[in-house]
Parts: sequence; structure tokens; C-alpha cells
Amino acid sequence: MDDLNELYQDIILEHHKRPRNFRALPQPTHRAAGHNPLCGDEVEVYLAVCDGRIEEVAFQGQGCAISRASASLMTEALAGKRIDEARKVFAEVKDTLSGDAPEAGMDEIGELAALQGVRRFPARVKCATLPWHAFEAALEGTKRVSTEGWGDLSRFGAAEI
Amino acid sequence: MSLDKAQEIAPETLAQVRGSFPILAQKIGDHPLIYLDNAATTQKPLAVIDAVTRYYREDNANIHRGVHALSQRATSAYEDARASVARFIGAADSGEIIFTRGTTEAINLVAWSFVRPRLKKGDVILLTEMEHHANIVPWQQVAEASGARVVPAPVTGAGEVDLDAFRGLLQREPVALAAFVYVSNSLGTVNPVEAMLAAAREAGVPTLVDAAQAVSQRPLDAASLGCDFLAFSGHKLFGPTGVGVLYGKRAHLESMPPYQGGGDMIANVSFAGTTFKGPPERFEAGTPHIAGVVGLGAAVEWFKGLPREQLWAHEDALVRRATEGLSGIDGVRIIGTAREKVSVISFLLDAAHPHDIGTFLDAEGIAIRAGHHCCQPLMARYGVPGTARASFSIYNTMEEADRLVTAVRRVARFFS
Repeated sequence: MDDLNELYQDIILEHHKRPRNFRALPQPTHRAAGHNPLCGDEVEVYLAVCDGRIEEVAFQGQGCAISRASASLMTEALAGKRIDEARKVFAEVKDTLSGDAPEAGMDEIGELAALQGVRRFPARVKCATLPWHAFEAALEGTKRVSTEGWGDLSRFGAAEI
Repeated sequence: MSLDKAQEIAPETLAQVRGSFPILAQKIGDHPLIYLDNAATTQKPLAVIDAVTRYYREDNANIHRGVHALSQRATSAYEDARASVARFIGAADSGEIIFTRGTTEAINLVAWSFVRPRLKKGDVILLTEMEHHANIVPWQQVAEASGARVVPAPVTGAGEVDLDAFRGLLQREPVALAAFVYVSNSLGTVNPVEAMLAAAREAGVPTLVDAAQAVSQRPLDAASLGCDFLAFSGHKLFGPTGVGVLYGKRAHLESMPPYQGGGDMIANVSFAGTTFKGPPERFEAGTPHIAGVVGLGAAVEWFKGLPREQLWAHEDALVRRATEGLSGIDGVRIIGTAREKVSVISFLLDAAHPHDIGTFLDAEGIAIRAGHHCCQPLMARYGVPGTARASFSIYNTMEEADRLVTAVRRVARFFS
């Protein structure tokens, strides 16, 4: 139960129930869909970037408490950041979730540190990283990204590359 | 057949069955393991574990062609298992039993060796919307290779095949083969296979029954079913993973080219040309999973020795109890409410995603599955990305069913 409370911290549950920036941007400069074929979760991430700065981040889609809270926290953490700063935050989050970062070193990512509980649940790490991968794909102009590499993008899938 | 009339099983028999599964006597953290992921794979009884161990300790050798004692013992064990399986599923003779890696390979074998050579442009392979990916993707591959189409018969809101639509498609379309699941792994629906097979016969269409989920749930008799092919996996019948069975009518098997080439499937090889053995060896290229086959044979013999009708009635009672309990929780929606249903409860909870349910239950030692259960088209049919699925087997107890319900109630409270 301790691990569960660590995973489902109050911040996570709160963002799950009341996700921030849970909407489509009418005219995004960047957007991408993240897909986890293992569970069917989909998240669409929208960015409004102006002069190298992310002015707005929003998302839509369906997912578990972890992926939804992660997406919601992400939109708050990245809004107002320069692209290079945002990429740095993503790198830190990735290290945090994969267990490469020491727990003590996560103060600088603020509320995002609430995601660290996922480290003890290897099966759930992809839930937390899904929106971040969609964010990165949006920056890079990839329309669709999968947690399982290119496997679900074959011609038998419904996906357009 | 009616399971309702089966005599109630004695508690000591149930305890004995459960006691045959050493894996169940463990804790996950502080909680006793409650294994409710039986539709993914069943646990293995001592009879199977011991047979595999004994094979490796005492009999291991390559089969066929060996003149030494171990090879002869291994060959006997392998062929005895084939005979066991043949009797178990009512095959006319052992030659109709081909050992494969599992249901998936069995279906691929039929797709490429039976259907592909016969398939013409515009032909239809008829499935249902409730098929597992293993009974969809191989057909898409052969259809693409021949310009044929894969058409699924619709499934009703309750999770039953629309039998009229299935019959209509058989009559209207140029169907080359109808392939369908006997028991759905994601909904628990027991399909009216007798009626579906009769309709196919009437239309002169050959059939494949995917019995992966049915094999531990229903008596199987290929001859009385009258299907052309039937496939199942060892690991859902208390046997090892990596081994399965394709049953095929002898006349079909004899007409089919090999699926893979290699050793053990040839009559004579020369660089001028090669001739092949007859079935079943023609379809078993290379050294097979001998220990797996031995384990599967042991699983079949063990299972046949049980009071199966009574155990199935017990399992039905577990599913009823858990269904009633879960239905009483606010926000629970059960996907799949077929009149004939076994073993499986797929459900959704308003407040929590299936993955969150799965993680929460795991922390209480309860193993369920969350996701699409390799049935993405079916999940799309219900407009959901996936479900939480609890699936029961003969060794589960009423107490476990109750603990599942209590834990799901806690999940609902936690996330609401």
C-alpha cells in the first residue's frame, strides 16, 4: 500500500480528476499524437510556439490516471519555457522515470517530482512517458509516436505516418 | 450440454485440485496470491511440472530415427502425447494431430498451407468481430497476398455473434474459409459453434475453430463438431507454453503443402528435388518442443482424470458470484453479457482506468489483466481502449471471488 500511495500521490490524483489545459488548441504550431498500443491509450499534444518559446501547451485523449496526470503536469511545467529549456525538463523527467536520476535531484522539476512513484512500477513507466514522447514528436514534426517503436504503424494498422 | 445439473463438487476435491498447483501457495507482498489471469495462461499442476522434469532428467534425446534407448523413449513419449491429444479431442487418428508452437502457429499453418493456395481474388475469409489477433492477422496477410478480403460477422451489444448476419455472409459472399473462436478470451462468450459449423457446411465452406479458450472450459469433440480444423494452445490447458495443437481432417492435411521446410518432415532430400512425409510429420519441420509436448500430454491425461463437469459448474458459480458482486458497485460496467458465458469477466470502472485497476489489485496480490486482450477490433466495437479482465479457473475459490469484489470496491472509492 505504501508503494501505491507513492504512485498515486495526491498531486497525481488531483491532476487526474481535474486535468489542466485539457483541450485542443485551435491553431497549434505543433501537434502530435502519442499511442500506447499495449493499453490502447491515446494522447494528442498541442503546442503554440512563438520565437522559440512555448506559449501554450494543451492535450486531449484518454488514458489512465498516470498518463493523464503526467500530461496535465507537463502542460503546466512547459508553458512559458524556451524550447531548449523544455527539452531539458523532458530529459530530467525521463531520467527520473527510468530511475537514472537520484531521487534527491528532482527538486528542480517541482511538481513533476510527484511522478517519481512510477519508478517502482516498471509496467507503468510508459503510461507516464507517453505524453512527453508526444510532446517531443510534436516539436520534431512527427505526427504520431508509439511507445512500442514503429511496430504499430505498419500497413495493417490504421495509423498514418 | 448442461452444466447446471452437474453435482456440486466436494470441498475436499476442490482443495485437492488447488493443492496440485504449487505456484498458488505464495504471497505477493503481504497478500496471498489470487490468480485471476487464467484467460492469459493457466497455472501448471505438479503432474505437468514433474513430467517435464522427468523427461529432462531421464529421457531427453532427439526423437525419430534414433536407435538408442533414450531416443526411443523420447520418441514414445512424444508420440504417446499425440495419441493422448487425439483421444482427448475426438480425432479419428493421431495423424490428424500436428504439434505447433501454439494456437497462433496452428492458424498461420492453415492460412498459408490450406487457404493461401486455394484463395482467389475477391474471395472472403469470414471471421467474427470477437476474434483474437491470432485469428485476424494471419488471414489479413494471406488475403493481401491474393487480393481476397477479410470480413467479420458482427457481434451484438451483449457480446454474441449475430448468427443471422453470419449465415447471410456465408450465403452472399464467396467465402473460402470461416474461422471463429469457440469461447471468447476477452468476453467469455461461448459461441453457438454447432450452429455456425452447420451453416458453413450447408454453404460448403471449410471451417477452423479457435478453441484456445474453450479447451479447458468445454468438452471438445472434433468429430462430432464436424469442423475441418481446430486449434488450441497447451498453456491454456494447464500445459507448457510454446506448444499447441492443430487438428485437421486427414483428407485436408494430405492435400496441403508443407508450412516450413527442414528436417524430420522429408521423405527424401537431394539437390535434384525433395519429397515430403505425409501428415503429421510433413508439418513438423525441425526438432520440435519435445519437453513441451510431453508436458502437454501429461496435462491432457491429468485434466481427463478430473471430475470436469463438476469443476466447470464450480467455475460457473465463481463467475456468477463475482459478476453479481461487481455489478453491485457504483460505476462498474460489465462488457460481455452473453447468455452462454464462461470464466471471464471484462469490466470497466467509471472512476478508474483498467491499468489503474490492475496496479491497485496487484498491490493486494490479485492478478488480473488490463488492456485490449489482443482483441483491438472488439474493443473498438465497444468504443473502449481496453477493459479490466478477471478470469477464473477450476482452482479458484469463492473467497477469492469475494476478495476481488471487495478490492474493486476499494479501487472505486480510491479514485472517486
